Amino acid sequence: MSQTRESGQSVQPANGHLAQLASDVLAMAKQHGATEADVVVADGENLSVQIRLGSVDRLSKAREKRLGLRIFVGKRSATSSTSDFSSESLRRLVSETCTLAKAVVEDPVSGLPGADQLATDQPDLDLHDETRLDTDRQIDLAKRAEAAALASDERITNSEGADFDSSWGRVVLGNSHGFIGEYRSSSYSLAVSPVAVDPVSGSMQRDAWYDVRRKFHTLDTPEAIGREAAKRTVRRLGARKVGTKRVPVVFDQETAGSLLGNLCSAVSGYALYKGASFLGGQLGKRLAPDWFTVYDDGRMVGGLGSRPFDGEGLPTRKNTVVDKGVLTSYLLDTYSGKKLGLPSSGNASRSVGESPSVGPTNFYLTPGTCSAEDIIRGVKDGLYVTELIGFGINMVTGDYSRGAGGFWIENGELTYPVEEITIAGNLKQMFSDIEVVGSDLVFRGRIASPTLKIAEMTVAGN
Amino acid sequence: MGQLIPLDSFGVTEHDVLEALGRVKVRDVDYADLYFESCVSESVSMEESLVKRATKSISQGVGVRATAGEKTGFAYSDDLTRHDLELAADTARYIANSPGGSQPVPVPVHSRPARDLYPVPHAQADVATADRVTLLNLIDAEARRYDPRIKNVMASFNTEYKIVMVATSDGTLIGDVQPLSRLQVTCIAEDGGNRQIGSFGGGGRIGFDFYRQGDRYLNYAKEAARIAILNLSAVEAPAGVIPVVLGGGWPGILLHEAIGHGLEADFNRKKTSAFSNLLGKRVASDVCTIVDDGTLPGRRGSLNMDDEGTATARTMLIEKGMLRGYITDKLNARLLGIPLTGNGRRESYQSIVLPRMTNTFMLAGESNPEDIIKSVKRGLYAVSFGGGQVDITNGKFVFSASEAYLIEDGKVTKPVKGATLIGSGPEILTKVSMVGHDLKLDEGIGTCGKEGQSVPVGVGLPTIRIDEITVGGTQAG
Repeated sequence: MSQTRESGQSVQPANGHLAQLASDVLAMAKQHGATEADVVVADGENLSVQIRLGSVDRLSKAREKRLGLRIFVGKRSATSSTSDFSSESLRRLVSETCTLAKAVVEDPVSGLPGADQLATDQPDLDLHDETRLDTDRQIDLAKRAEAAALASDERITNSEGADFDSSWGRVVLGNSHGFIGEYRSSSYSLAVSPVAVDPVSGSMQRDAWYDVRRKFHTLDTPEAIGREAAKRTVRRLGARKVGTKRVPVVFDQETAGSLLGNLCSAVSGYALYKGASFLGGQLGKRLAPDWFTVYDDGRMVGGLGSRPFDGEGLPTRKNTVVDKGVLTSYLLDTYSGKKLGLPSSGNASRSVGESPSVGPTNFYLTPGTCSAEDIIRGVKDGLYVTELIGFGINMVTGDYSRGAGGFWIENGELTYPVEEITIAGNLKQMFSDIEVVGSDLVFRGRIASPTLKIAEMTVAGN
Repeated sequence: MGQLIPLDSFGVTEHDVLEALGRVKVRDVDYADLYFESCVSESVSMEESLVKRATKSISQGVGVRATAGEKTGFAYSDDLTRHDLELAADTARYIANSPGGSQPVPVPVHSRPARDLYPVPHAQADVATADRVTLLNLIDAEARRYDPRIKNVMASFNTEYKIVMVATSDGTLIGDVQPLSRLQVTCIAEDGGNRQIGSFGGGGRIGFDFYRQGDRYLNYAKEAARIAILNLSAVEAPAGVIPVVLGGGWPGILLHEAIGHGLEADFNRKKTSAFSNLLGKRVASDVCTIVDDGTLPGRRGSLNMDDEGTATARTMLIEKGMLRGYITDKLNARLLGIPLTGNGRRESYQSIVLPRMTNTFMLAGESNPEDIIKSVKRGLYAVSFGGGQVDITNGKFVFSASEAYLIEDGKVTKPVKGATLIGSGPEILTKVSMVGHDLKLDEGIGTCGKEGQSVPVGVGLPTIRIDEITVGGTQAG
């Protein structure tokens, strides 16, 4: 969660206060008959500015706090959350949550992780930056990024704006085994979304570029982000449909990341035990070529998905999800692990107020040696995909059919932009049909992939 | 009439509100408002025949906003003390050029919405957990009874009870109680190695009785099971440009994606919509008339008032194919000099107001639905969809069928696997050649996302024929 406050003012409780609050709530839960419980408390602040055509369009600041509680009464459980931290309100919440837990049925698999599994070390993963940007500074950075986009091509005549967001937050997790953990994190992001007009047809195209980092000083310059946004927008002008056919498809970093996100969903313990993933029963089986390796690394220093412990207090770690083409690990928390007869992989993710689910930390495909240009050069007639839209993925079957935009490749060169087409296949087949992976791995989120090429998919257009 | 919400339900006084409004409404500020919200949401869910999850969430807070020209300043707090209100007001007015010099604002007239579209007594909205559990257990049994190949049933029942209060610098103080619930069933069918999924559900701003009327909840279970079983025998979807017949109800998501978003006033003010400058021009065939209507009783997308305190309305978007209007909030209506339509919505006190749809649907036409299907030699008949998405600027939209069939020689034949339809917003409705007399609104499950904010919406459609659209299957030729 994100929140906000004027820098310099100290409205937040002193350090240790949230941990004390968590302990107090755990004690209340015990008094109300909970046999086990855990509590997550998050607070933070957020400042976001949006510039459009050189002036401030929107400015937003906030400060937030929220407490989430999970209670077990034997094998029954319920979760709750509130933003009201007064002791009377918390007491009522605890009592209502216990009542709620008693109203549902016993789930033999439910419960906290074993005390011996909880994190004992809480390494500093360098997730927090003290740099507080004041409002004027953020406005200036966003203005510079948008100005760079507008200045880089005369066909860029309009803009959806440039956004600079910064946020700082703190998470405390405690449970009735006596575990208490805390970490702080920050993030800074800058995004620009220019609009270009085709001087001939008058038709418009929009695209965007962005960067997001835990450390302010590692963020790309506003000018670099603005220029890249402009480049990506202008190159879409004059896009057209293409005929329906089966061709090789090259996914750029962004769209390849989306494909890897589909893999991440398919290896989630919850989808698997419900029979809702096409990768059910595939552990130990070949998924992709033998140079294809995927990691989920919760302890990457400064990583956008890094954290010292997971949403249940287990230590995070580096898991090999796909090892040389073979599926070697699912992403699991305690519950989904038990359902599948496997230990947790330390991937419990917790949004305050929900029971744990499973999520990636830093989930990525290891890079190969080819540049993106080399991969494109190797295609005689095919599609380079730079945008995917819609939700046409059936995780149960792996059937895949999404709206796409990008460029047509002829004899190893990008020729003209294409739009209003779909690409279709089946994810299982698509992963096994990956022919090349690029060298261009960059993290702009929790999930990242280099450019990759799939041997053949159905492109539908005219 | 709607209810008169007392200010002290938020623990603030009229004096606090006036002070905060005065503080934020400095000279350069055109408009300011405070939005108080308190929301309790509860969810119970079932899987593997066990009702094993229950959650409850309580949130309360205030959002403070100032607009000056095109600028919006915004702050929110989950504490409602005078100090927090002042802090938020100071932040929101930061966008004004000359922050000093608070202005007196008119003492707001405390009022209630002119109508009550969802008069659900609190006792009815506050469903006992035991009743929810019973309902979900019966759903599980019903879905499994439908066919032994149903291997898993997942169902969830969610309710939300929201009380909102808007105080504006133009002298309004108005509140609303907004109940909302949804029951969703998903079945997984398995036959040999073939596994398929089917989902169905419904809801609205209604009480618990709604689900029991005519055994509606059991029908949701049967429908989810039927779709999952049907998909076991589905064939690959065709790829290429073919005629498509859309069934009534939820396929109205086409209007929401292809047309609705492009007619939201913010995109048109910024001239970043493919529909910018098309007011008064033809954007659909003359059999198409489309409205956005927030005034339908009990519907998921309906509201007594929008989140700026404006009464919702029925807004003509497209009349016999001609673009007639945009949907607006206060900021965009003022800047564009066009009518205020009561579509200023926000996900919560933590989000800013944006022009958003309510219930968007096409009015019934004159064709017989059977004749529409008979008119197609080879095409697709799509009756239910998953999600959709649109690129506002170039107008390209996609949406994915979750239940669709081939039409061969005027007859509905084999079910096909999830086909994606892709087209261009300003063009697609010009290809609508037949509109059925069978207008149907959806079951009440829609949620629309924009700029990271989710709001409940409704859609509706009669059976229509689209002469050509690109279908993105795997079967080329």
